[in-house]
Amino acid sequence: MTTAPPTPVSLGLPAVRSGTEDVPRLPEGVTLKKKDFTAANEVRWCPGCGDYAVLAAVQGFLPELGLRKENIVCISGIGCSSRFPYYLDTYGLHSIHGRAPAIATGLATSRPDLSVWVVTGDGDALSIGGNHLIHAMRRNVNMTILLFNNRIYGLTKGQYSPTSEVGKVTKSTPSGSVDAPFNPVSLALGAEATFVARTLDSDRKHLTSVLRAAAEHRGTSLVEIYQNCPIFNDGAFDVLKDAEESRARLVHLVDGEQVRYGREDDRRVVVRTAGGGVEAVPEAEAAGRDVVVHDAGAEDPTQAFALSRLDGPSMAHVPVGVFRAVQRPTYDDLVREQVTSAREAAGGPATDADLDALIAGGDTWVVR
Amino acid sequence: MRLESPTPDAPEADAPPEAPARTGDGKPVERVHQVVIRFAGDSGDGMQLTGDRFTAETATLGNALATLPNFPAEIRAPQGTLPGVSSFQLHFADHVVLTPGDAPDVLVAMNPAALRANIADLPRGGVIIADADEFTRRSLQKVGYTASPLEDGSLESYQVHSLPLTSMTVEALKDSGLSRKDAERAKNMFALGMLSWLYDRPTQATEKFIQTKFAKKPAVRDANLTAFRAGWAFGETTEGFAVRYEVAPAEHPAGTYRNITGSTALAYGLAAGAHKAGLPLVLGSYPITPASDILHALSAMKHLGVTTLQAEDEIAGVGIALGASFGGSLGVTTTSGPGLALKAETIGLAVMLELPLVVVDVQRGGPSTGLPTKTEQADLLQAMYGRNGESPLPVVAASSPTDCFTAAVEAVRIAVTYRTPVILLSDGYLANGSEPWALPSVADLPGIDPAFATGPNGAGDDGTPAFRPYLRDPETLARPWAVPGTPGLEHRIGGLEKADVTGEISYEPENHERMTGLRQAKVDGVAVPPLEVDDPVAPDGSRARVLVLGWGSTFGPIAAAVRDARAEGLQVARTHLRHLNPFPPGLGDLLRSYDRVVLPEMNGGQLALLLRGRYLVDVQSHARVRGRPFTAGELLDVVRDAVRDLTEPATQVAAPATDTGFESPQEARR
Repeated sequence: MTTAPPTPVSLGLPAVRSGTEDVPRLPEGVTLKKKDFTAANEVRWCPGCGDYAVLAAVQGFLPELGLRKENIVCISGIGCSSRFPYYLDTYGLHSIHGRAPAIATGLATSRPDLSVWVVTGDGDALSIGGNHLIHAMRRNVNMTILLFNNRIYGLTKGQYSPTSEVGKVTKSTPSGSVDAPFNPVSLALGAEATFVARTLDSDRKHLTSVLRAAAEHRGTSLVEIYQNCPIFNDGAFDVLKDAEESRARLVHLVDGEQVRYGREDDRRVVVRTAGGGVEAVPEAEAAGRDVVVHDAGAEDPTQAFALSRLDGPSMAHVPVGVFRAVQRPTYDDLVREQVTSAREAAGGPATDADLDALIAGGDTWVVR
Repeated sequence: MRLESPTPDAPEADAPPEAPARTGDGKPVERVHQVVIRFAGDSGDGMQLTGDRFTAETATLGNALATLPNFPAEIRAPQGTLPGVSSFQLHFADHVVLTPGDAPDVLVAMNPAALRANIADLPRGGVIIADADEFTRRSLQKVGYTASPLEDGSLESYQVHSLPLTSMTVEALKDSGLSRKDAERAKNMFALGMLSWLYDRPTQATEKFIQTKFAKKPAVRDANLTAFRAGWAFGETTEGFAVRYEVAPAEHPAGTYRNITGSTALAYGLAAGAHKAGLPLVLGSYPITPASDILHALSAMKHLGVTTLQAEDEIAGVGIALGASFGGSLGVTTTSGPGLALKAETIGLAVMLELPLVVVDVQRGGPSTGLPTKTEQADLLQAMYGRNGESPLPVVAASSPTDCFTAAVEAVRIAVTYRTPVILLSDGYLANGSEPWALPSVADLPGIDPAFATGPNGAGDDGTPAFRPYLRDPETLARPWAVPGTPGLEHRIGGLEKADVTGEISYEPENHERMTGLRQAKVDGVAVPPLEVDDPVAPDGSRARVLVLGWGSTFGPIAAAVRDARAEGLQVARTHLRHLNPFPPGLGDLLRSYDRVVLPEMNGGQLALLLRGRYLVDVQSHARVRGRPFTAGELLDVVRDAVRDLTEPATQVAAPATDTGFESPQEARR
C-alpha cells in the first residue's frame, strides 16, 4: 500500500507574550541589586578583558527584570566567556564545548518558569557548536544567547576563530588564515532567528538596552557582542571604540527610522541597490535614492539580512542594535501545549491506573 | 513496517463486509507441541506485518512464543533480489519457549529470493509453502536459479506446497474494483489466512486489526479482509493440506497477558519508572535504527506527561536530556552504538555533574554503521569505558523483550537514587523480538524517591546556613539535587573538577584524586541484588562443575541450551547478569566456585575480558558476531564440550581461552 504523506495539523498561534511572562516575579516593593547577582567567586579573566564589562552590565541589568533570582539560569559552553556563570549568583551550568544551546533547550522546554540565558563565544557557538546554535534559533526556544565575539580563540591561547578575518596570522595560521569567516548576524537571520541584535562590550548603555529587548523577547534572542581580547586579539574593535571613529562607523539601527549615521561633516545614509542589497552613500548623493527605513518587525528578513551585509572586514560601517524582532510561536511553548492538552484530555496527572492501561495495550488475554 | 494511526471513528456508511459463519471442515487435526514458522518475502511484501499478526493470533490463543524479525537496512531494496528479503520467524509451543527457534519447521517463501535466502536454514523434511506465481523466469534469474526449484526436483527432501497465492488472491478480489497490481498486494493476507487455518489460530483480532488499520480506505480494507478470508477458506477446502495442526495453550502462571516487543516494553518501563519517581520524563533523541521505536512509543505518551524532543543530532539529544535533568525532570536519551559514541562527552559531563540521566543503547552490529538492523552485544566496553578520564557509571542490561520493562525501571531507580547517568543496554534482537508478558501492576512497583534539596545543608565560613552542592548522602554517596527555582540554593556546577563538598572549581591534586575515588565508590556502592544461580543439586548430591554465564539477550538461547543439556543428563549451572556495573556482590567467589565458567557473548569476548581483569578467573569465552542471536543447538554443543573437557581431559594443548570464532584469512586457508 502506498502511504500518503502526513498532512500537517494546525497548532494554533499564541498571542504575543513576553519572554519572562511565566517566570515568578519578586513581591511588590522588593528589588534586587547588582550585588545580589554577584557571586563570591574571584573573577579570573585577564586584566582588561571585555568580559568584565559585559558581566558588570548583566549583573547591573538583571535586577531590572524584577524576577526571582532562583528562577534565572545561566548556561555556558567552553571558552573564556563561558566562565560567566561562575560569577553570576544565580543557578548556573558551565557545560561542554558548543553544547550549551542544546542543554538550555532541554531546560527551557521542561521549565517555563525559568529565565534561561546562554553565554557563549565565537568559537564555542559558531564552530564546534554551530549545529546546536542554528537549531535553537530555528526552533525559537525561549532563551537569550549572548555571543561574545572577540574573533579569536582565547582559552586555547590564540588560534584563529570562525569569525577571524581572512589572512589573520595566528599560532595556527602562521601564513595567514584562508578560512572565510561567518557573519554571526547573517547566520542567525538565515537560521530563522526571531531576535537578532549586535552591540559592543564597551558601550554599557547600548548593551543594556539590547539586553532589555532580548530578555523581553519571547523566543531565541541572539545578541552578538563585539568583545575585546587584550591578550590574543587586542584592538580588534578599536576603530569602533574611539569616540571620533565610532561616530563615523557605527550605524545605530532605530526601528521605524531611516538608517543614517556618520560625523556631522560626513553624514551618510543607507540606500537600496539595484541588486536588492543596501549600500551606504553620503547624504548629499542620496537624492532620488530609496533610503532604507529600519523595520525590525518585518516578517520578511530580507532587509535585515541586507543590513547585516553592510559591514565588511574594514568595519567602515557597522550596524548595531536590533536587526530583527518578530513574533513566532516558541518551540517550548508548543511542546508544552501539546503535552498539557493531552494530559487535560486524559483527565489530569497520570495515575497508576493510567500506566496500567498503557502497559496493557489493546490485545490482552487472561490465564486463570 | 509502517503502521498508520488507528482511527476508531471510521465512517459507519462504509461498514466492512460481515465475516461468514465458520463451519467445521472435518479434516483430521494433528496435535503438535511446537512449531517454528518463518515468513519470508520481498521487503515490500508485508512480511513483518504478516508475522506480527500471526504472532498476535498465537499470543491470544495462549501459546508460549518468541519472535525474530529479520529485515534489511534498505527500506526497499530492488524487488525480488536477495538483499531485499525480509523475514519474520515465530516459535510457538504448548510449553515454555526461550528462543525464536533454531531452525524453521515451515518456510513461507513469497518469491524465489525468499526461498534462496532461507532454504539453508530449513532442515530436511521441513515444509515449504511457496507462491508459485512468483517463480517466473525473470524472478528466478534475479537470484541465480537456472530452473525453478519448485519443479526441478531439487526440493524433493522437503514437503513442498507450491501454491498460486498471487493469482488466487487476484481471483478472490476480482469483484473488488481494485487494479490487478493493488489486488496482488493483499497476497500476504491470503497467506496469513491460509496459515491461520492450518494452525487453527483465532482470527477475530486480525479482522479487527484490518478494519482499524484501513478504516479510512474502505476499498483496501475490504480487499484485505476478503483476501484473508479467502486464504482461510482455501486451507479448509484444498486437498493440498490433509491435516491441520493444533498447538495447545502453554501453562502460564495466572495473570493478564499481552504480547510485547522489547522496545515497547522498554518505553513503558521508562515511563513507569519516571511515574514512580514522580518526575516528568523528558526524552531527547535522534532517530537511529534500531532504537527509534522507543522514541516513537514515548512520543505517543503525552497524555501521561511524557515530553519528547527530536534533537538535531545525537549530542543534542543527550544535551537536552541532561538540561531537563538539571531542571528536575528525568532526562532520558535513546540511541544505538554510533549514537552512544557521539554522546560520550555529554555523558562524561553528567558523571561530573552527578545528575540523573538514563541513556538507552539498543546495540547493533558494528563498528561504524556496521549492521544497522542486526543484533550484537559489542557496545559493552563502550558503555563501561567509552569516555575520557575515570568516568564510571552504572550499566544495566535487559535479558529478554519483556525484561526490557524491568531493566528500564531499574535504570531509572539507580539514576535517580544515586544522581548518576546510567546506561541501559538493549539490542536489536530484544528491540524487535516479542514474547507474551504477564502484565505487572504499576502500583506494586517500589517507589523511587528523588529527594530534592529544599534548603541549606551546611554552613558557610561565617557560620551562616549555606548550600553545599557536593555534600554527599553518607549511605548512597549521592549529592543533593537542587533544581533551579529553589530559593536560597543558587549554585554553579560544571565540567571542571569540583572541590569536595563545596562544589567550587578545584585544581588541587589531592582533591581530584579524592573526587575520582568518590565517584567510583558511589557507582561501586549501587545496591545490586545478589545473583541467582540455577544449579539444581543432582539426586546423588553432586553439583555442577560447569557454570554457563550470560548477560543481555543471550538469556533465551543459554537457558534453552542448559535445559537441553540437562535433558541429556549433563549437570550444568546457569546464571545471568542484569548488572554489568557494578557487578552483583559475591560474583568473583561464585565464578571461582566452578571448575569452568562458559560465557557466550555476541561480541569479541568483552564481558570475559572484564571478568578476567576483575576476578582473575579464566572464563571460557564463546564469542560470535553474526548479527543474529545464538541458537540453542549451537550453545548446547558449547555446553557439551565444556562438560566433556572437564571429565575427559584433552590430550592436546588447551584451546585458547577466548574462542572468538572469527575466521581469519590464515584460518580460512588451513
